[in-house]
Amino acid sequence: MYDTSDIRKGLKVLLDGNPYTVVEFQFIKPGKGAAFTRTRFKNLLSGAVIERNIRSGEKLEPANVEERTMQYLYKEADDLVFMDDKSFEQVQVRAEMIGEAADLMKDNLPCTVLFFNERPVDVSLPTFVLLEVTAAEPGVRGDTSGNVTKSATVETGGTVAVPLFINIGDMIKIDTRTHEYVERVNKK
Amino acid sequence: MMAALREFFASRDFVEVDTPLVVPAPGLEVHLAAIPAGNGFLITSPEYQMKRLLAGGMERIYQVCKCFRAGEDGAHHQPEFTMLEWYRAWDDLETVARDTEQLVAHVATAVNGRPQVKVGGRTIAVDGPWLRMTVAEAMYDHAGVLVRGDETVAELDAAVRAAGIDPGTATHWDDVFFSAFVARVEPALAAIDRPVLLADWPAPLAALARRKHGNPAVVERFEAYVGGIELANAFGELTDPIEQRARFEDDLGVRRARRLPQYPIDEKLLAALAEGLPPSAGIALGVDRLAMLVLGAASIRDVLAFASGEV
Repeated sequence: MYDTSDIRKGLKVLLDGNPYTVVEFQFIKPGKGAAFTRTRFKNLLSGAVIERNIRSGEKLEPANVEERTMQYLYKEADDLVFMDDKSFEQVQVRAEMIGEAADLMKDNLPCTVLFFNERPVDVSLPTFVLLEVTAAEPGVRGDTSGNVTKSATVETGGTVAVPLFINIGDMIKIDTRTHEYVERVNKK
Repeated sequence: MMAALREFFASRDFVEVDTPLVVPAPGLEVHLAAIPAGNGFLITSPEYQMKRLLAGGMERIYQVCKCFRAGEDGAHHQPEFTMLEWYRAWDDLETVARDTEQLVAHVATAVNGRPQVKVGGRTIAVDGPWLRMTVAEAMYDHAGVLVRGDETVAELDAAVRAAGIDPGTATHWDDVFFSAFVARVEPALAAIDRPVLLADWPAPLAALARRKHGNPAVVERFEAYVGGIELANAFGELTDPIEQRARFEDDLGVRRARRLPQYPIDEKLLAALAEGLPPSAGIALGVDRLAMLVLGAASIRDVLAFASGEV
């Protein structure tokens, strides 16, 4: 059991039977009143954020969650298959759990898979991935007014808006949270 | 800032006193946790000892010292913090309210050149009389809850729920009260661009304040709020040793019921009250919070050389 002094960002607790993680907390003590911790929790299953006041003395139940580093193997219909590096155990995760970033996942990409009661419930990708550009229109020289971009396809099949100077064969760094181009890493 | 503070009290004929930090009987307030030290505890406030000095004949005293409260750590709290307390014998709470207004204006002027403080990027003028309202007015205007001070916890709970506020797991009078106060009243006080003196607290939140003449449901107590930050807490002091003992025993009973540590009753304070504490008023002001206001700091950690976890 956790008490209010254990509350910190990332703490995983069980509220009303659902696993939550603490995203924000604030110690509050009204003059001569009981202290409490105003806490914002994110539901690990639905992503919904709730706010709750946890009074000093109240207990929070730890959620039976575990984070494991797993490699992405391949896509199978609507599922993504991951493998534990150590036990070689494989799990299947619905692609929608990952959302838009699923098309940036290369084979063997190390991801963090969150298990709740032994069931995979969330996957977090590394913040940045390096991918090769496999298709891009040639940039039109002279058109440099403002921040002009064009669309490029990367080796995993995803499309990303890139600057005009990016060509086929370039390695680019992409932010998986925003699906945005960050920088060119090298030129083939 | 400390020089301006001492200058303020010197110019008003106050004597600076220095009472022990380790005491056998710390504050009994239910929501304060004292830190054990040696054979006793570190003080949560120098209040008991300062009142004994008043009973002993001193009339205007102030003290700046460290106080210690276990488990309090946040943007406005530290387990070890600096308190300023001052007391006036033979004087009333209104004089202490004027002291507070003038002291804050004096310190702000000494540091910033003008009687202004900064909260969250806003400038708040601290000169002139501060806005005054009673707890009942604030709770009715901002939370829609009518509070007298003599209602049962069930009645208060019903009023709070009727106002659309969820008291959560609160079952005690003070917890139900503060669930509405923190949800609605504190944000409203924070939005006011003037310091506020919030007076006439409900009797269940009396601590060491005396009941108000003519309305025993409330007590002579005010809290000073500047930009939503609670800066100080003042009492018209309870001088009756019999009522004081009854309140101490009540607090200990509540502590037992909530399985909180039991502390001894300060018999020496009760003996001093029995001998005769003149009618007095006093106040405790958070010096670190005053520094936050004067410097426009967002967190108490910003005004300390070393905050908790840094030493």
